[in-house]
Parts: sequence; C-alpha cells; structure tokens
Amino acid sequence: MKSSLIIVAFFVLGTLTGLSNFLPSFLIVNNINLYVLYGLMFFVGVSLGNDVGFLKRFKQIRPRYLLLPLFTIVGTLGGCAAASLLLIKVSLLDSMAIGSGMGYYSLSSIFIGEYRGAELGTLALLTNIFREIIALLFAPLLVKYFGKLAPISVAGATSMDTTLPVISRVVEPQYAIVSVYHGFVTDFSVPFLVTFFCMI
Amino acid sequence: MFWIILIMLCGLGSGYALRRIRLVFVSRLIMILICALLFLLGFEVGGSPRIVAGLHMLGSEACLLSMAGVTGSIMLSWLFWLWSTKRKQKE
Repeated sequence: MKSSLIIVAFFVLGTLTGLSNFLPSFLIVNNINLYVLYGLMFFVGVSLGNDVGFLKRFKQIRPRYLLLPLFTIVGTLGGCAAASLLLIKVSLLDSMAIGSGMGYYSLSSIFIGEYRGAELGTLALLTNIFREIIALLFAPLLVKYFGKLAPISVAGATSMDTTLPVISRVVEPQYAIVSVYHGFVTDFSVPFLVTFFCMI
Repeated sequence: MFWIILIMLCGLGSGYALRRIRLVFVSRLIMILICALLFLLGFEVGGSPRIVAGLHMLGSEACLLSMAGVTGSIMLSWLFWLWSTKRKQKE
C-alpha cells in the first residue's frame, strides 16, 4: 500500500510541476521516457527471471487452476469491450488496452501514455488504480458471493504483491499460491497485451 | 512492440543466468524507474491544459472502465469456480 501511495504521489508531483511550468518541456520532446521505459522493461525481466524458487512453488497448484489467468484476461477484456459502447471518446481497442493493464497501473499507464498519448495514459492510470482499490476493499464480499477465485481474478496482476495480504486473509493457503501464480502470469501478460491493443 | 519484448526477454535471460545471485537492488531500481516515468507522465498531463480541464471526465470514464473490467473478471472466475467445485464433488 505504501509503495502505491508513493507512485501516485510522483504522478501528482509531475502534474503539479507541469502545471507550474517549472521544468522545461525538453523532458518530453527528447523521448527520455521511452529510454527509461526500455530500462524498466529490462529490469522487470531480470526480476522475473531471477526468482526461480518462485516457479518451483507453482507445482503444488491443482492443474485446473493454472487456467485462471486466462479467465481473468478474457473476462476483463470482454467487460472493457462492452464498456467502450458507452464511452464516446474511447475506442474499442483503447478501452481493451486500458483493461489489459489488469490493475498494474504503473506499467500500463506508462505504456499507453507512450503509445496513445498522456490523456489515455492518465485514464489507464485511474482505471487500474480503481481496480486495485476494488480488489482491496471487496475481497471478503467477493469470496462470499462469487467463490474463492473471484478476489484473485479481480486483483489481476496485483494478486501476487499488493493485494496478496488481503487475499490470503480471506482464502485458504492453497488458494494463496494460486493467487501468486495468477499474479505472475497476468503481470507478464500486461506489456504484451497493452502493446498489442495499442498497435493494431 | 518488438523492441520492448526483445528487451524484456533479454532481461529475463540475464536474470535467469544470474539466478544464483540474489539481485536485491533490482526491485528498488524498478520502483525508482516507475516513479520517474509516472512523474514524466504527470508532467505531460500538467503541461496540457486540455487534459487538465477534462480530468473530472477521465475520472468518471475510469470508474466505468474499472467496474466493467472487474465485472467481466468476476463473472468468468465465478463460472470457473462453479465448474471446478462441481467437478471436485463428482470425483
């Protein structure tokens, strides 16, 4: 939770700096953010590849639950595609790109901001922050009415880190492992799906 | 898109090659890069009067999109849950 607040604080700080014209605009013109993004993706790869012990734990999962990330992704994209019918300014592909953020708001907003402009980047940031907040607040209710997989699915890519403490409080330990696995796979899908929907 | 994926795969390979060493600094570095990039995104937003004027609109659109995505994932994970528990009972 603390890191989420820090991330949002940096976005707000950036917005205030932009409003005050305090820094020159060469920061954006020179595509600095694209190179920082390349650096970020490299290190995201390093951190996933470095954690081998992580992958071994996944062997304990019941095989059928390995499919859960697929249901999450298809469900989210379907929901966002339906929502685009109600939105005038956001196209079908853009809303699917935003949905592909799967709650991973930092990465998805950076990608969408880069490919589709700052306005959609901000929309992606807000949408995916709201998703994480929903997952944190409603995990107990989701378990009660929609089964033990629902809070994991709603948490999306965050089910392995920020929302894991809440999820593991409402489900048994074997589902907490599913939650970590689900977060890992969904997390990995974010850069691929977001760039896919931004590019087609 | 090609570059991003290639770079990420390079990172994945390097991380795996160095799996015997715990790279503790990486998560901190990721956090710093994310903060820097979100600062820049915010900077771009703040520098554009058109986006600032429409922020409240973006907020309501974000509400709708997040609710839609969440509803979709609840529906499918619920069906999956019902199916898997039914199968468990049969076994």
